[in-house]
Amino acid sequence: MLTFLVTFIGVLLLYLLLVLGSGEPGGTLGIYFAVEEIVAGVVLSLLAAVVSRMLLGKGENDVIGKPANIVVKPAIFIVYLFPFIIAMAFANIDVAFRVITGKIRPGIVRIKPRLRTNLARTVLANSITLTPGTLTVDVDDRTGDFFIHWIFVKDTRTDQEKMREVCGGFPEWARRVAE
Amino acid sequence: MDGVIIAMIVLIAISSFFIALGCIGLHRFPDVYTRLHAATKTTTFGMIFFSAAVILFGLWRFFEADEVNKGAYLTLIGHTLVALILLLITNPTGAHAIARAARRSGIKPEQAVIDEFEEVEP
Repeated sequence: MLTFLVTFIGVLLLYLLLVLGSGEPGGTLGIYFAVEEIVAGVVLSLLAAVVSRMLLGKGENDVIGKPANIVVKPAIFIVYLFPFIIAMAFANIDVAFRVITGKIRPGIVRIKPRLRTNLARTVLANSITLTPGTLTVDVDDRTGDFFIHWIFVKDTRTDQEKMREVCGGFPEWARRVAE
Repeated sequence: MDGVIIAMIVLIAISSFFIALGCIGLHRFPDVYTRLHAATKTTTFGMIFFSAAVILFGLWRFFEADEVNKGAYLTLIGHTLVALILLLITNPTGAHAIARAARRSGIKPEQAVIDEFEEVEP
């Protein structure tokens, strides 16, 4: 039921963003929204929520369906955006540097972040792809190991050290956001 | 209002710089994985700046325009935001799908110093 509600609100918000500015001056909701668009949006969101109910929120690792997560997780996600965007800026300067100098030392490494939920793995994989010199190639669904293409491999001794070099604090953030 | 136009030009210049570097990287790097690095990171980052410029333009015109035309600029802002959110999700996912498909079909990373995927699936 909670998953249903969360999907409904999420889809409705996306729809409202799409029809923003559809109203007429002097209408019931001003220039922001037309009433017909809101009605259509509610109907379509309900439909989307009904259809996706069979796919989302299954299994014990479900993140959306827990009441405590509803407010906390999106808030943590917004906080997470700040270190993420800073890391992303550095990533781009790094790639720009490598494009200009052509200094590369590529390789595929394996890290073990030990994340349980699919959502957390998705967050981490996408974060890794968008940040310094790393690209997620594959994820082992059973053990949760990540295979990462690294554009400039540094020599490391332990697994822990390797994980720090590859993705910094992102596994902890992914755990906070989606577990 | 010249300040807004200068800010927009700066934003578009930054985005063009990164996207141009991405295109150069696409030609300079040796294999599919390193090329993906150049193609995904720079285009995503460049598009953030480009969207920021469009949103800035929309906001500026929104406050300047007549009541009748305001709606069109709101629509512009909303659509740009949706495009940006979708791009941020789909760009790394697409890169991941291409890299995974390439590795599973047996393309080895060139000049590689280490390949720990080899142990799992040669």
